[in-house]
Amino acid sequence: MSTVTEAPAATAQVQLRPGDGEDGPADWVTVCTLDGLLPGRGVAVLLPDGTQAALFLDHEGRVHAIGNRDPFTGAAVLSRGLTGSAGGRPYVCSPLLKQRFDLADGRCLDDESVRVPVYAVRTV
Amino acid sequence: MAANTATTETTETRAATGAGGPAESAARPTLVLVGHGMVGQRFLEALAERGLTARHRVVVLCEEPRPAYDRVRLTSYFSGRSPEELSLTEAGFMARHGIELHLGDPAESVDREARTVTARSGLRLSYDTLVLATGSYPFVPPVPGRDAEGCFVYRTIEDLLAIEEYAGRHATTGAVVGGGLLGLEAAGALKGLGLTSHIVEFAPRLMPVQVDEGGGAALLRTVEGMGLAVHTGVGTQEVLTGEDGRVRGMKLSDGGELAADLVVFSAGVRPRDQLARDCGLPVGERGGIAVDESCRTEDPHVYAIGECALASDGRVYGLVAPGYEMAETVASALAAEEAPLAFTGADTSTKLKLLGVDVASFGDAHGAAGDCLDVVYANSRTGVYKKLVVSADGTLLGGVLVGDAEAYGTLRPLTGSVPPVDPEQLVLPAGAGDAAPLGPGALPDSAVICSCHNVSKGSIREAVTAHSCTTVPEVKKCTKAGTGCGSCVKALGQLVTAELEAGGVEVDKGLCRCFDRTRQELYEIVLALGVTSYRELLDGHGREEARRGEGCEVCKPVVASLIASLAPAVGASGYVLDGEQAALQDTNDHFLANLQKNGSYSVVPRIPGGEITPEKLIVIGEIARDFGLYTKITGGQRIDMFGARVEQLPVIWSRLVDAGFESGHAYGKSLRTVKSCVGSTWCRYGVQDSVRMAIDLELRYRGLRSPHKLKSAVSGCARECAEAQSKDFGVIATSSGWNLYVGGNGGATPRHADLLAKDLSDAELVRLIDRFLMFYIRTAEPLERTASWLERIDGGLAHVQDVVVHDSLGICGQLESLMAAHIAHYRDEWAETLDDPERLARFVSFVNAPDTPDPTVRFVPERDQIKPELPLLSIGGRRPEASLEGSARV
Repeated sequence: MSTVTEAPAATAQVQLRPGDGEDGPADWVTVCTLDGLLPGRGVAVLLPDGTQAALFLDHEGRVHAIGNRDPFTGAAVLSRGLTGSAGGRPYVCSPLLKQRFDLADGRCLDDESVRVPVYAVRTV
Repeated sequence: MAANTATTETTETRAATGAGGPAESAARPTLVLVGHGMVGQRFLEALAERGLTARHRVVVLCEEPRPAYDRVRLTSYFSGRSPEELSLTEAGFMARHGIELHLGDPAESVDREARTVTARSGLRLSYDTLVLATGSYPFVPPVPGRDAEGCFVYRTIEDLLAIEEYAGRHATTGAVVGGGLLGLEAAGALKGLGLTSHIVEFAPRLMPVQVDEGGGAALLRTVEGMGLAVHTGVGTQEVLTGEDGRVRGMKLSDGGELAADLVVFSAGVRPRDQLARDCGLPVGERGGIAVDESCRTEDPHVYAIGECALASDGRVYGLVAPGYEMAETVASALAAEEAPLAFTGADTSTKLKLLGVDVASFGDAHGAAGDCLDVVYANSRTGVYKKLVVSADGTLLGGVLVGDAEAYGTLRPLTGSVPPVDPEQLVLPAGAGDAAPLGPGALPDSAVICSCHNVSKGSIREAVTAHSCTTVPEVKKCTKAGTGCGSCVKALGQLVTAELEAGGVEVDKGLCRCFDRTRQELYEIVLALGVTSYRELLDGHGREEARRGEGCEVCKPVVASLIASLAPAVGASGYVLDGEQAALQDTNDHFLANLQKNGSYSVVPRIPGGEITPEKLIVIGEIARDFGLYTKITGGQRIDMFGARVEQLPVIWSRLVDAGFESGHAYGKSLRTVKSCVGSTWCRYGVQDSVRMAIDLELRYRGLRSPHKLKSAVSGCARECAEAQSKDFGVIATSSGWNLYVGGNGGATPRHADLLAKDLSDAELVRLIDRFLMFYIRTAEPLERTASWLERIDGGLAHVQDVVVHDSLGICGQLESLMAAHIAHYRDEWAETLDDPERLARFVSFVNAPDTPDPTVRFVPERDQIKPELPLLSIGGRRPEASLEGSARV
């Protein structure tokens, strides 16, 4: 988007590591540029193995990635939810049945037994 | 008639029997309940609450083909409630408590020696305890012709269905015999079926048991004003039939005749005590199974409760509240409680809404005590009549309220005491003289607030102070108050708030975790300070702990809607996806389409007034065919196309826009449709051009962002084919203009709209709607439809009338100019989106693979169209309780 112009990081590449292994620097996938993200909004990412991630930029400029599949409905829609924060931790609220998921650890805030995957992200 | 022979359904619970009970079931005593009406169900609940369902094998014999339902609200079936919605039996209740329910299988005989009951199906049950809750049957006077085809009674859902079916085929005029409570209900039902309706009452006034002469007169005017013909002081001599054997009218005792194709007998009810008579139990002279104070009959193993019982005070109670008390009494006796309840008689106070008129009577309404004084307020212009009966020392003995029964909640509990203010002040309308509205705060702790469940003010206060309830729903759950007829809910709310405030608890009326302000307060801030961004509002006016946070999913769309509603006035962009606003929108607004369960979207172009050319229909058909979309006609007279993926939306819309369509805003909290009938242009009954008016209104208010969706309709004559009275704002043509109705609703809690103003010219109509909508947008809570808004705001309809018709707040000029600005700035969101490559860029399934469709969105065929193929591995979910989101119906 044209609005974020001040920081040189705006055109920085956003990368995501699909596997949850301990290392593997070669496994980072470049998904978009930072200025392709809108604060408070998510986008969906198609991973090499066919699964999907939901990528969010919070209003302080941090990028988060969790699984895009809503475990309650099976639909790949978490990237389209509204974000918020509770106790200083950002979350996304599923657009289907409104369950909230912590963006940092994937925990469902409305049902302790449910968790979605979390992906490491970085900007380069 | 109650005697239906419906199929003997296998009970939902037989298989589950024992689920609630442990292995010793063989040793458990058997309790047989005969009758599963309102009182029967209440009895089962009372058993369950006391743990008696686990200690007994409980078997219920029910004559009707369905479990207990709300007979009191039977008539609401005609305002759109289905039989299922009237049900009183919570799903799974029977199974959870191991109760066996036999539907359509009435008890036919009792052998008290052997202690067995035999049902129609031949089922024979041994009992240790037998509870009779057989209710009553409608009394049909012995007039010739009473069995003719076209004669009905009004008691069960089956009666209602039979009347509806017969009326649809054979009747345009109906007569109700009996002008009491049930008679008026039945007349309302006939009117609801579109019949010209007559009421024949033998007494000199309507509702002779509940109201006095003055009240009857006020009621008569209002009922006649609704187009019902009332004949009082005459009896029915004969039902006249035609050659085909069907009803054609009635002969009255004054020699007159009345033409009618259908007759409903509603001349009172009689206790159904045949089963008791046949097994030798004593019954009263005028019927009713004689019971003592614990509702036990002469036989210690047999009890009788509800309308079939003759209570120890020698009366048969035909109201539900005393029946509930009897149910509790028997449960308490069976539980061998230390201080068992006793039923010694009941308060027969009632408050109801008949044909939309509030009628209440309480205590000694007729001044039967002698040596008492009346305080009367009567206003024939407004149809309000209020009478209080007081004793010489000022003790309130009783009263009658017709047309305005607001004070009932306060007055009934005061009965028997000397009210803290003069009785005159209690009947005068608010604002007249020195009238001081007397709230529930003035009541003593012993005052009964909920008479259905006998809950005192003290118990309600205790729920707040001792049981930490902080909301009305919590108090309802804790005390059961307000869960019967609902007439005390308002008083309940006032008490709870007062109690919380007295306890130093600040009642948090804030919008969400981020704002301690209400939506209305935020509206005023946005308008006064010209706020154009969410961030500015959150950081400047949010709760301390929420400032500089991410906000939340509750306030984001609310603020987005406020800024959109006020965009022209505060200088914000009217386009909902500009800049920061894009991040505030629910996914539906974000993609300008409606998200469906598998992640695909549906598309609804605007079809103003439901009028569409063949060319445009063809375009929709071609698009749906080319993209393989599922099509369905909506309730709002337009066409919904389902199954579009995100990246298909712009392509679909460019074809729609090229063909002259624009966004239908089905995705937004905004105006949906203005439905219409064909009106005077085609219809032989039409008196105004309803289609033109509907199109004008739809184009005027399209795109208006509001607290919730807005629906409207315009009918071209009083037949109301467009169903305008179920809409947020509905318009019905009259020979001299238009009538404007507001606050109607379909959905889960249907509400008939209220008449806001009559016989308006086109210009007057539009001006009033402008003001009404802007006032609603200004003052409603998030996701509050006009129906609940109208019920909630102080002063209700009268206040809204004052503000928008009489400009009592002096804000009409501002409301109109806000609407004018909205109309002037309206642009089609889809056309704007298509014109902007940057905006279009977000319509992709994947940011890193813009050309790849989402592989998880898949479909399978059904009935020659598609339906979502659902993933197998979802865990299924219930909506979190805190969720505020409304449904996304078109």
